[in-house]
Amino acid sequence: MTTLPQSTTRKLGLVIDLDTCVGCHACVISCKGWNTENYGAPLSDTDAYGADPSGTFLNRVHSFEVKPPILKDQPAPEAQLIHFPKSCLHCEDAPCVTVCPTGASYKRVEDGIVLVNESDCIGCGLCAWACPYGAREMDAVEKVMKKCTLCVDRIYNENLPEEDREPACVRTCPAGARHFGDFADPDSNVSKLSAERGGMDLMPEQGTKPVNKYLPPRPKDTLSEGAGDIDILAPYLEPVAQEAKGFLGWLDKTLEKL
Amino acid sequence: MPKDQPDINLSPKVSDEVRKTTCYMCACRCGINVHLKDGKVAYIEGNRDHPVNQGVLCAKGSAGIMQVNAPSRLQNPLKRVGPRGSGEFEEISWDEALQIATDWLEPIRKEAPEKLAFFTGRDQSQSFTSFFAQNFGTPNYAAHGGFCSVNMAAAGIYTMGGAFWEFGQPDWDHTKLFMLFGVAEDHDSNPIKMGIGKIKARGARVVGVNPIRTGYNAVADDWVGITPGTDGLFILSMVHCLMKAGKIDLTYLAQYTNAPCLVNGDEKSPEYGLLLRDENGKELVMDRATGKLTPFNQKGVKPDLAATHRHAGISHKTVMQHMAERYLSDEYAPEAVAERVGISAKRIRTLAAEIARVAFDEAFELDHEWTDFRGKTHKTMQGRPVSFHSMRGISAHANGFQTCRALHVLQIILGTVEVPGGFRFKPPYPKPATVHPKPHCKVTPGAPLDGPHLGFVHGPDDLALKEDGSPARIDKAFTWENPMSAHGLMHMVISNAYAGDPYKIDTLFMYMANMSWNSSMNTRGVIDMLTDTDANGDYVIPRIIYSDAYSSEMVAYADLILPDTTYLERHDCISLLDRPICEADAAADAIRWPVIEPDRNVRGFQSVLCELGAKLKLPGFTNEDGSQKYADYADYIVNHERKPGIGPLAGWRMGENGTQSGRGGVNASQLDNYIENGGFFVEHIPEGANYYKPWNAAYQDWAVGMGLYDSPQPYLFSLYVEPMRKFQLAAEGHGDRQPPDHLRARIKATMDPLPIWYDPAPENLVDDFPITALTQRPMAMYHSWGSQNAWLRQLHGHNPLYLPTKLMTDNNLTDGDWAKVTSPHGEITVPVLEMAALNENTVWTWNAIGKRKGAWALDENAPEATRGFLLNHLIHELLPPKGDGLRWANSDPITGQAAWFDLKVRIEKATPPAESQPAMAPIKSPVGKGPSKLSWKVGK
Repeated sequence: MTTLPQSTTRKLGLVIDLDTCVGCHACVISCKGWNTENYGAPLSDTDAYGADPSGTFLNRVHSFEVKPPILKDQPAPEAQLIHFPKSCLHCEDAPCVTVCPTGASYKRVEDGIVLVNESDCIGCGLCAWACPYGAREMDAVEKVMKKCTLCVDRIYNENLPEEDREPACVRTCPAGARHFGDFADPDSNVSKLSAERGGMDLMPEQGTKPVNKYLPPRPKDTLSEGAGDIDILAPYLEPVAQEAKGFLGWLDKTLEKL
Repeated sequence: MPKDQPDINLSPKVSDEVRKTTCYMCACRCGINVHLKDGKVAYIEGNRDHPVNQGVLCAKGSAGIMQVNAPSRLQNPLKRVGPRGSGEFEEISWDEALQIATDWLEPIRKEAPEKLAFFTGRDQSQSFTSFFAQNFGTPNYAAHGGFCSVNMAAAGIYTMGGAFWEFGQPDWDHTKLFMLFGVAEDHDSNPIKMGIGKIKARGARVVGVNPIRTGYNAVADDWVGITPGTDGLFILSMVHCLMKAGKIDLTYLAQYTNAPCLVNGDEKSPEYGLLLRDENGKELVMDRATGKLTPFNQKGVKPDLAATHRHAGISHKTVMQHMAERYLSDEYAPEAVAERVGISAKRIRTLAAEIARVAFDEAFELDHEWTDFRGKTHKTMQGRPVSFHSMRGISAHANGFQTCRALHVLQIILGTVEVPGGFRFKPPYPKPATVHPKPHCKVTPGAPLDGPHLGFVHGPDDLALKEDGSPARIDKAFTWENPMSAHGLMHMVISNAYAGDPYKIDTLFMYMANMSWNSSMNTRGVIDMLTDTDANGDYVIPRIIYSDAYSSEMVAYADLILPDTTYLERHDCISLLDRPICEADAAADAIRWPVIEPDRNVRGFQSVLCELGAKLKLPGFTNEDGSQKYADYADYIVNHERKPGIGPLAGWRMGENGTQSGRGGVNASQLDNYIENGGFFVEHIPEGANYYKPWNAAYQDWAVGMGLYDSPQPYLFSLYVEPMRKFQLAAEGHGDRQPPDHLRARIKATMDPLPIWYDPAPENLVDDFPITALTQRPMAMYHSWGSQNAWLRQLHGHNPLYLPTKLMTDNNLTDGDWAKVTSPHGEITVPVLEMAALNENTVWTWNAIGKRKGAWALDENAPEATRGFLLNHLIHELLPPKGDGLRWANSDPITGQAAWFDLKVRIEKATPPAESQPAMAPIKSPVGKGPSKLSWKVGK
């Protein structure tokens, strides 16, 4: 068993905007590229060109279709597709740490990042079982547990220009749907964004107190039948004429005023 | 720190060196930082300074390392030794390969240069490859535009002097309502994602019009799941609503468009329907101030949109009046179109009303003084924050040209083009259609062609016809069958060459085009055409030369393979003469350079052409003493001048006082200058010149200074496209060049100078095949390329057919079942999955995930080959026979654009086969198979 710190000085994590994520997988592959080359063992791929390719990814995008409930007397709302990127949430009460028999899994005191010390990892896989989010992956070649490091080797890296000291997934996200910062600081970009947009915990009932927050999609399809905006807009199409001749009269009158 | 918290290195060395070049994992052309360790590629990220991507990078771009390491890379030049299609090759030297090519091509050039057909697929060096073809003297050259998005490009250029993507972009900083129609997600992909993120962050609204709610449509605030092929009708219905409500920008229409131009109303005249012009050829308008006919560009003119000019008993009315007569008709009322477009009348009205609200109620002004081409100074710039974007989804239909035109007309009547908050052009656009070259096709044995192959026709005189009226080009571009085919028709080349219609060719030379697989309609048929022999046992298409970097499905069907490099091993230029990467506020171009050297016996294709051109003694590739003019492509990029002072790259050209932008002499250090600057060049447009560009004197002067054109070219937007009327006049019997009788009715009907909508469904036998089948490209894959990439293929390793809930239920299907999909042309049997956010009469799948066994160095049991599939087997390059004995192309009758998305099918549940059907026999791989495990760190 491994103990968690009582508290951490900073709480570094991500805000992921589900209203903006287009599901392009840019974060998935950028993460794969950086973390193959950097912290710990490379992220391997087995059967890479074969029938059942399977590789280690620290971040994956899942897509879910949502069918909003049909309200009485209203047409069925359009179905929606939500892209949901998922990686380690760097929980405050991380069950993956406490379950670790060797102390290889740990949460950093200074910033709250949950890491695996690969030299102490025996590859037992208990942490992956304990994580309710499925955010850890056993590398099939190296037989060590891999997980999001929040790019701990980027965010403080003095060999990188200051503007690049953020996780690879955040730096690469084309839609700007990923944000990195310190949730312990109420004035940080991530704290403010989460407060403004109703940032949510993933599966709060698990009691893991995840640091990462998800911004929910904004209400959609407000210009469809049965939605609020539809009747307010009607006056904008008040006719100036019914047919071509009347239109010309209107045109002439209006041009005179220009 | 607790005692069990290890001390880790937080500042590891990132790389030995960063080299900045241009991505080629799709057509977007982002700037990339390539990190090298021990001389090898270790990591790729976006270049923050680059105008296209500003630091971000998509999945494909980040996976570039796996493309450069892909086991599918060709290793050596290859000569076919077995029958075509067997994949039996012998590795040969470059000397031998070039000698073979020379021996084949030299006699053709001497006797009949048109017997070479040179088509270059997803080429990013078209201004160079066309230069080669022009020097060779064949009229048979084009790239892939004809089967991609020529409708979008051509409709934009004829209507307003530019279209979307490379031509222009929404004003992301000011737009408040962004509406996008049927997009291909590899076209301008990172900029669109960045733009959507940016505008959503400040609360602007995104409306997506697409039968399928994925990607951008998934994040759209409103999704309009339109019936495929009906976008034009939907747009014209919104035009109807907006005109009827007077929600159109009259000042804009009067000043900057041909809405006030007068249309010849004399039914007996050979100029009936053409615009009235003065003796200098300037379009005439009625001046409200004087009541007189006046050229549109005269200082102080107040063009009258409502005017009628009566002369000799004839009334000549304005374009605006013609538009009112057409679009105010009840035929375009929401109630009349709702059922066909699959959108309720109320919703069509609501969307039109929202557009009107934002365009007019949220209008604003920028405090930029500017002077228009008539010499009038405006204190501010009027902004209208509604913008549109679209690509292949609306253009790859037989009604695509007119649909794209309709979308541009909608933008223009709102006054949102090239204004703050609207759609903005990127240099070298705007550029009127008349400034572009016209097509050239005059063949002289042993000499170059008489001019550029591709261009814009302005009437029957510009068609590419021989003296006997037969098509001059093998693809029949610029003929009566498709007069405005600005990008050629690559998808018709093999079938026409096979049929010997309009004539037989000798050598088919292709680059980066997977024609025996996903880039052709009728894949099986094309394979048969490539392998069929005549009575003598000779191949019907006698010789095929192909250049590719990878072991694609096409390799086995060529006689000679010229192996290309990957994108990190080569020189390229992303040129203003070609498909540029500019921004609305700046001109820009870029290079690729070999950030690593090839470890195989391969050469950049363009460098090979430099050598081949010299061996063939082509004038543009040979010095006066007969020696080779350009040592390689880099030499060409730096030293070639299209005209004095204008070369492939606009940055760091040599002037009298050092380097300068745009125009200037050759600079021997130019590529070094680019490399020092991160691989690209940017020149910003001055403030006050950066909106209203077609009419803004300051912009026009800046563009002349940059060499974009030689004199100011202000022009009016063409709501009414006069050249189309000229083709109609010919079809009505006017003029010397006459269409064949069987095409007259179609030309009269489709070449309407104002946008129309017509339904391609009946020709595709919709009564028997009532469901539309579409493909889309996933954001993480580019055509067939992604499957060879070990990382990307894990994202999209196979492609189910997605069915809407209704079709799943109707056919008693559940996820994982298989269905037989039948079109008028063929059938496939494939796995299905339910998708609710989908037009209820549409099915779709990801494009080009399906692979042929043996290609791309994949295992024969790869899911791409066993569960993946192509819809191409269901699509024919010709329409189903109509019983008139004629070949009717499955293309837009105006441009020849391949009508991929007109495909109609029916569906029934099938007994699951062992693998997707049709399953083709494996082809022998020239490169073997990839390794099973990948686990490495570069430099360790």
